[in-house]
Amino acid sequence: MADVIVNAAAPEKQSRSLPARLTEWLLILIVVLYAAGLLLAPLIAIVWGALSEGGAAFIHEITSVDSLSSLKLTLIMAVAATAINTLFGLSIAWVLVRDNFWGRRILNGLVDMPFAVSPVIAGFMLILLFGRGGWFTGISEALGIKVVFALPGILLATIFISLPFVIREVAPVLGQLSTDQEDAALTIGASRLRTFWHVTLPAIRWGLLYGVSLTFARAVGEIGAVLVVSGGVSRLTETSTLYIFRSLDDRNYIGANAMAVVLAGISFVILTVIELLKKRTDRVQTQ
Amino acid sequence: MTSVQANFDSPAPLSSSRGSLAWGKWGLRGTAVLYLGFMVALPLAAIIRNGLVDGLAAFRDDVTNPTAFGALKLTLISAVIVTIINAVMGTLTAYVLVRFRFPMKGFFNAMIDMPFAIPTLVTGVMLVALYGPQRTLGAWLNSHGIKVIFATPGIVLALLVITYPFVIRAVQPVLMEAEKGQEEAAYTLGASRWMTFRRVVLPTIAPAIITGSLLSFARALGEFGSVVVVAGNIPGVTLTAPVYLYGQIESQNQRGASAMSILLLVLSFSLIVTVEWMQTRKGRSHG
Repeated sequence: MADVIVNAAAPEKQSRSLPARLTEWLLILIVVLYAAGLLLAPLIAIVWGALSEGGAAFIHEITSVDSLSSLKLTLIMAVAATAINTLFGLSIAWVLVRDNFWGRRILNGLVDMPFAVSPVIAGFMLILLFGRGGWFTGISEALGIKVVFALPGILLATIFISLPFVIREVAPVLGQLSTDQEDAALTIGASRLRTFWHVTLPAIRWGLLYGVSLTFARAVGEIGAVLVVSGGVSRLTETSTLYIFRSLDDRNYIGANAMAVVLAGISFVILTVIELLKKRTDRVQTQ
Repeated sequence: MTSVQANFDSPAPLSSSRGSLAWGKWGLRGTAVLYLGFMVALPLAAIIRNGLVDGLAAFRDDVTNPTAFGALKLTLISAVIVTIINAVMGTLTAYVLVRFRFPMKGFFNAMIDMPFAIPTLVTGVMLVALYGPQRTLGAWLNSHGIKVIFATPGIVLALLVITYPFVIRAVQPVLMEAEKGQEEAAYTLGASRWMTFRRVVLPTIAPAIITGSLLSFARALGEFGSVVVVAGNIPGVTLTAPVYLYGQIESQNQRGASAMSILLLVLSFSLIVTVEWMQTRKGRSHG
């Protein structure tokens, strides 16, 4: 009888014999070594490489006009694409969750396409639409806008590849949210916009911010789509990833490594934000 | 529940916001349809039209010429290898993360998101920094006859890094929600950890493992940024399908590029649809 009580109170301790514990630590060791070898070792190698070339060479490469203008362009494009995708993403998430019409399932499938499409294909699509003999080339020329091999092309490509994140993060949160509060606000006489701002938005904010940071991270790091449409004119249509790509081609490895370290640094800031947001969302959900 | 619904429905026509509400709804619906239509559906249509412009026979020739076919084969084989490794190591990682305690677990868990935040091109540059022939580790491996960079192992390695989080992030929440009661019951009945895992845990998390594996397979099919740096891109040897595609676009072979795009698209989209279908089925059985 006493044995059973001990079992119920501390089943874990009881089952953990020495061999069981050993396998437990062995499994932990395997996983930690695998992940560290896969993720940390390359990271350490590149930071080590950048430092061993000397801090001065690193600074010199990263403060060159080409590199700085590419960073500027990357950040501008990422911010613009994130803003646009946040706005449209919110509307689309709402339509997917709250609205009901026959085309909804098709829309839902379309949202996933950018994840299914190779980024190179994403860029190629824009060439087919706006390049020589494309479907929209006439329109864009009449408007005097050059899309392919110019900034609008880079922006469109970046928007396309980062389109699903906000929708996919916001939609489930919105779906779990009961409409009671919104209905209450509406019956009291609040406008749709006001209801959204004061009732819906606060409830979905952590999911939204999570989606926004993922969008931004993806936008900063995009290469395949941008490579195809940008034309890669340095200082004009060259983003940071394109700068790395060109540096590798020119065998300017210090430059490529330096920019890679900078982009990795930016990702780390984003990653930290994501981790903090995740803790928030977990807390909100457990409340 | 229906009576509550009716309650909310009946006072609504009295409120003045009913008209603007319908407007808002149609506005959002229109926004969603137009945005996704223009950004996603139309570009897809352009690709499909271009790939099939000279008929199915030309399409077949485009994807079965030796270089294209070799690239496709390499991409499929490496994606399969990566997916199998991910299914095993991802499940193990998720299991260790959820069931065991060890120092720095929080940091380790955050590290897993790294491939989502770091630009894929940067991942490629990092791998070259670690395994490149001029580097310490790379030179040592080279002297033992193992070539990583500019060879197939490099492609697999890059894909492993990029797709590592998928299975983990799919399995983790399911494991967390799974009741520990059954597992503990199995232990107290004398089942070994492996036996418990196989008979109790695995059936619960199997759908999540498949979901994560399919997603990582789809991602591996389209990966460009990391692969283009580490692969060496020798036609017929280390040229993957997305990199082949990039070459075709650069050399203005639009029909050939479209044909390969269609093939990759159909493959990865059917995978994503399968995942979606599995998830809605799961959602229905839960609700």
